[in-house]
Amino acid sequence: MSAARANGSIVHDPSGFALPSSQRAAIRWFVYVGFGAMGIAVIHGFAQALNYAGINILTWFPGLQSYYQGLTIHGVFNALVLTFAFTNGFLALTTARGLGRPLHGPLLQASLWTLILGVLLSGWAMFSGRASVLFTFYPPLQAHPAYYLGLALLVVSTWLLSINLFWSLSRWRRENPGQRIPLLAFISVATYAMWDLASLGIAVEVVGLLLPWSLGWLDGADPLLSRTLFWFSGHAIVYFWLLPAYVSWYAFVPRHAGGKIFSDPLTRVVFLLFLALSIPTGFHHQYADPGIPEAMKFTHAILTFGVFYPSLITAFSVIAALEMGGRARGGRGLTGWFFKLPWGDPSLSAQVLAMLVFVLGGITGLINASFNVNQVVHNTAWIPGHFHMTVGTAVALSFMGIAYWLVPWLSSRELRGRRIAVAQSWIYFVGVLVFARGMISGGLEGMPRRTFMVAATYSKPSWELAGVLTAVGGTIMFLSVILFVGVMLATILAGRRRDPGDIPFADTLVGPAVSGWERHFDRFGIWVAVTILLIVIAYAPFLVSYLPPKLWSSGFSIY
Amino acid sequence: MAKIHRYERAFLILSAIMLVVFLAALGYAAFGMGLHLPTRAGQIRPEDVARTPPFDRPGVREVEPGRWEAVVVARAWGFNPAEIRVPVGQPVTFRITSVDIIHGFHVDDTRINLMVLPGQVSELEYTFRKPGEHLVICHEYCGAGHHAMAGKVIAE
Repeated sequence: MSAARANGSIVHDPSGFALPSSQRAAIRWFVYVGFGAMGIAVIHGFAQALNYAGINILTWFPGLQSYYQGLTIHGVFNALVLTFAFTNGFLALTTARGLGRPLHGPLLQASLWTLILGVLLSGWAMFSGRASVLFTFYPPLQAHPAYYLGLALLVVSTWLLSINLFWSLSRWRRENPGQRIPLLAFISVATYAMWDLASLGIAVEVVGLLLPWSLGWLDGADPLLSRTLFWFSGHAIVYFWLLPAYVSWYAFVPRHAGGKIFSDPLTRVVFLLFLALSIPTGFHHQYADPGIPEAMKFTHAILTFGVFYPSLITAFSVIAALEMGGRARGGRGLTGWFFKLPWGDPSLSAQVLAMLVFVLGGITGLINASFNVNQVVHNTAWIPGHFHMTVGTAVALSFMGIAYWLVPWLSSRELRGRRIAVAQSWIYFVGVLVFARGMISGGLEGMPRRTFMVAATYSKPSWELAGVLTAVGGTIMFLSVILFVGVMLATILAGRRRDPGDIPFADTLVGPAVSGWERHFDRFGIWVAVTILLIVIAYAPFLVSYLPPKLWSSGFSIY
Repeated sequence: MAKIHRYERAFLILSAIMLVVFLAALGYAAFGMGLHLPTRAGQIRPEDVARTPPFDRPGVREVEPGRWEAVVVARAWGFNPAEIRVPVGQPVTFRITSVDIIHGFHVDDTRINLMVLPGQVSELEYTFRKPGEHLVICHEYCGAGHHAMAGKVIAE
């Protein structure tokens, strides 16, 4: 009883497409701002990795007042600026290409300039030492208002971008009544639909509580309510980081490998599951918190295990697509196809290596989510060990892999230094494995995260090897990013000019159904309603039993 | 739905079974074996901590025969008391709050791993099985002196 299916294209018009050059320029600058922020962030990351081996190079940083000031810059520029900027650019492009129509030009410019203003404001606060509160900014540690305002503008930039995507989608629907949304646009828009809902928590926290509190308009802060609002957004944000990489793994990596996307409907199901399940999971970051009933924490544990499921589906689908590619290239046997993949393509090598690391990132993440098991690792070095394999590699190394075709496409240049680029992905892979091995083993021995170990008044012998591995791995990662930045600069400044052609999206093996119930996948309204229902189930009991806010804490700027 | 390949179907079913088994094990460990997470245990205004029992007298005491309470007040950058002596083999309930900013309370080599928030009481029961000394670290960033905020628990 299979429904009639369209052909396997994931875009509206596979024959070709030209984006207005002003929109291409805006997307290019999103990507440059993102990687520029990463370039600054990793210099601090290098110093922080050395810190775990007892080596202090902070004095080399002019004007740096403390370890924690650098750590704030490292977190904000990597986890917020790189991710928001790159994703705004990349998914604007994939949506436009998927729909085969341009976006709203002025809105795209507004989104870019809002992001840049946000970077400048938060950057000024951080670099001048007025906001050494880390990227989680838990009150009642208090930062300068410019820091909160800057972060709010970063989020507003993503909202402007998503308004743009929804506007473009609705125009496309009017131009193409009754047609299925092209898969490439569907998964891009679904990512932003999830983030729009998810970001409400952090928006209420920053704009409703912290910004007025830092300006003296509110008497106090509520630390527990703030943490709860932060983690309402704060776990979903990891999917806002990850889903652009998944867009690439589903829609582009099969093409690099010479395979096809496994299935159109299953890909839509995966992204809808992420939409519905990403948000009602925040308490698993607060297992160790007071003030939240244990039963509510267990509800979030169940939902967190639920959101692990679409990643397991992804593991199957993406590996199947790679296997198709490897076998088409003559790979034989159970594993032979893996070695036949086109490893000379840096876009492929970076992203397949990112996937391999993500297996470890996923396993350690499931351990973090595991309720009382979390008590062994909460707030130890294990946690950065985990998330440098997820956002720090599955996402960041994938973004670098994407950049190896995207930046040449955006700048109409040929990639310079292809072999260096391939080597770069392997160097990063080795570096993060050594780094995470250090952090994770140290964390199991109680080594804390977010700590200036050089000056700590305590230590344990078992942290020594862990600290050395952290420093060695972090140094290798840093060198790898220098190579990446070098390849990018060489490409942008000295790459041979060429006609960019089309972007390298793949086809699907099983196309979308043109009739039948699968069409309901495309009705975002239904899925947003389901998401809101799950959010209410997960958060209403806490809010009803806790509110009104307890604004008891005055601000401290003791950094 | 499009036909699902049988390998994929098997993978999806096994994945679901794995997640359900893991969750069941965790639920049993928490609610069957008593390895609880901290739960809601009261609120306290930061400025009232010094005059509100039990936080007006930080320290360890026997609240009823065989049951102990360890009351700790966290502030930037230390714990009061900094040295906590508890009995071996008898349940000790840790009760902790903060008078200023968010801190952490991690007793090394145990599952006593708590966030300490101003405004809230953090509570966890634990029984030390062996005598020994444990490092206590503030494991949440709390400003310029964070890396100097530590103490110890001595089980004897």
